[in-house]
Amino acid sequence: MNDLLISLVLILVKLGLILGVVLTMAAYLVLAERKILGRMQLRYGPNRIGPGGMMQPLCDVIKLLTKEDFVPDRADKWIFLFAPGLTALAALLSFAVVPFSPPVTLFGREIPMVVCDLNIGLLYIFGLSSLAVYGVVLGGWASNSKYSLLGALRGLAQLVSYELALGLALVPVVMSAKSFSLNAIVMAQADWPNLLRHPLAFIIFMISITAESKRTPFDMPEAENEIVAGYHTEYSGMRFGLFFVGEYINLVVIGAMTTVFFLGGWHGPFLPPVVWFILKVLFVAFLFIWARGSMPRPRYDQLMHFGWKVLIPLALLNVVLSGAISLAVNS
Amino acid sequence: MTTVLFYILGFILLAATLMCITRRNPVHAVIYLVAGFFALALMFYLLGAPLVAAWEVIVYAGAIMVLFLFIIMMLGLAPQEVPEGPGWQRWLPLVLLSASLMACSLLIILQDPAAGQEIPDFYLAPQALGEALFSRYAMAVEMVSFQLLFATIGAFLLGRPLPKGEDQ
Amino acid sequence: MNLWRDIKGTLQPFWVTLGYLFKKPVTIQYPEEKRTPPPRYRARIVLTCNPDGSERCVACQLCSAACPVNCISMQAAEAADGRRYAAWFRINFSRCIFCGLCTEACPTMAIQTTPDYEICNRDVLKLVHEKEDLLIDGCGKDTEYNFYEHSGIGVVNERGGNEDEYGPVDPKSLLP
Repeated sequence: MNDLLISLVLILVKLGLILGVVLTMAAYLVLAERKILGRMQLRYGPNRIGPGGMMQPLCDVIKLLTKEDFVPDRADKWIFLFAPGLTALAALLSFAVVPFSPPVTLFGREIPMVVCDLNIGLLYIFGLSSLAVYGVVLGGWASNSKYSLLGALRGLAQLVSYELALGLALVPVVMSAKSFSLNAIVMAQADWPNLLRHPLAFIIFMISITAESKRTPFDMPEAENEIVAGYHTEYSGMRFGLFFVGEYINLVVIGAMTTVFFLGGWHGPFLPPVVWFILKVLFVAFLFIWARGSMPRPRYDQLMHFGWKVLIPLALLNVVLSGAISLAVNS
Repeated sequence: MTTVLFYILGFILLAATLMCITRRNPVHAVIYLVAGFFALALMFYLLGAPLVAAWEVIVYAGAIMVLFLFIIMMLGLAPQEVPEGPGWQRWLPLVLLSASLMACSLLIILQDPAAGQEIPDFYLAPQALGEALFSRYAMAVEMVSFQLLFATIGAFLLGRPLPKGEDQ
Repeated sequence: MNLWRDIKGTLQPFWVTLGYLFKKPVTIQYPEEKRTPPPRYRARIVLTCNPDGSERCVACQLCSAACPVNCISMQAAEAADGRRYAAWFRINFSRCIFCGLCTEACPTMAIQTTPDYEICNRDVLKLVHEKEDLLIDGCGKDTEYNFYEHSGIGVVNERGGNEDEYGPVDPKSLLP
């Protein structure tokens, strides 16, 4: 009983820590994205509130909280109100299986630095990312607006198509780790990160995760200059804020996923493992912000063509190739 | 314990499916169906097959239902008018179903009824599952895939553009 | 090759944006840093004076007629010597679009634009400038021009009293 209580407290502490760190990171990624994009366009970005604009996220939250929570006429009210939560929730839940450090021994107890080391952790993340679609789709459908509906439709088709390529890109990773558990995947990269072992898989993964997370250049579901703001056109106040924060939590999740699957997780010389993990996550987040500053948005049909006709065959080829290579090396 | 939970989950599944087929709004029907799939996934987990439970959520709730929603939204099948009356009454069944699902999953986590059972290896390990699918159940897998192939060919035949001059 | 061109075209922008990331932004941080606008900048409108210090405006209404947003209004009055002036002159800066058409219409060079662009105010009524707010001591852009030195026959000076002006022809006399 005492043991159960201690492990419960440990889990709660870990949950609180992860929630705090992830939410702070998401809030400051918004600021970082605005500042980095600004510098890429030869402007400063927000720098008025606090030293260097550091209090900007706080002001944004206050602004969003004090705005009117508007429900459009003839919208499907309850689905409309509930949808933004789904997106943010699915993004937050993904962190339960992400290992951010090797186990730590404290007071004679070995504490795994992950909330729950599921042996099907990868499938869990996949399940959540496919459930995150529902927030977008139901929100867009319930708004009773053509732009929202179009955005939701685009999001749906895009997410379903690119999830295939995403899954196929991770097959070689699972092959070399021989497990679905994220902990085992990190452990398998102790000497070589998967980035060097499966470079093609890494490229396919990065492209399809960009589409999966609806980030520029693949932000069709919210293409501002075509369909206003896509699925969250009709949202205001904190419900829009939930979509927005969900997107940036998602960015942290992607960073963590890329780190775990390809960049070797917490492994790294000199610095403590947690620092390495956070540095790698921030680096991946910077990559995505960089891509947003550099790439134009392709046309929608180009996106679907690329996904189905280039990326998925390439991913299949990659699976076959890396299977053959690992078979040849092992035997 | 397992039996009781199994029947509770079965009841939730049936109730969700019943709600699904009686909804006039297809999007609401899909939401109930997804709730039903969650009950089904929990049932698999209860019986000691977490892999199948995960596939259930990923494939059925995550992909197939999403495609259903796509078709519904694409064809504009959902009715435009929203029925009068307070919305929470319409969603009360879903809230009840989800709450009982949550309670069931909490019970499963705390009790872990599948712990002491004899479970075939391929229920748990992905590698064993793959081996079982492609050796022991190879025939069934092949049959199902042929069925899917036939369905695809049939859909292609139905949907192909008609030759010129030929009428419906 | 097409594929090579596409890959290059995809990667090149990354290099460009990375370069911009380390350049100094061109933004001017406004309240702390201010740029000096050129002398002919069109911002706050003023009423200027003659070199001798008298008002230039003759209340001819041309500026108010030229104004596309009708933000200039005035009332004309006449001094004892017949010289016209504006009894009151009002510019509503909350409507002014700073197009400068009034300065082009003005025959006496009274109304002129200045480079002072910081005239925003929280109280909209404070943006309605009266004559005493608009009038300045100087001559503005032209320091020598005086309308009545050239025109306005017989109003301020005797006829023929201005420079470059002939006296009136005497129709009673046949002498050239």
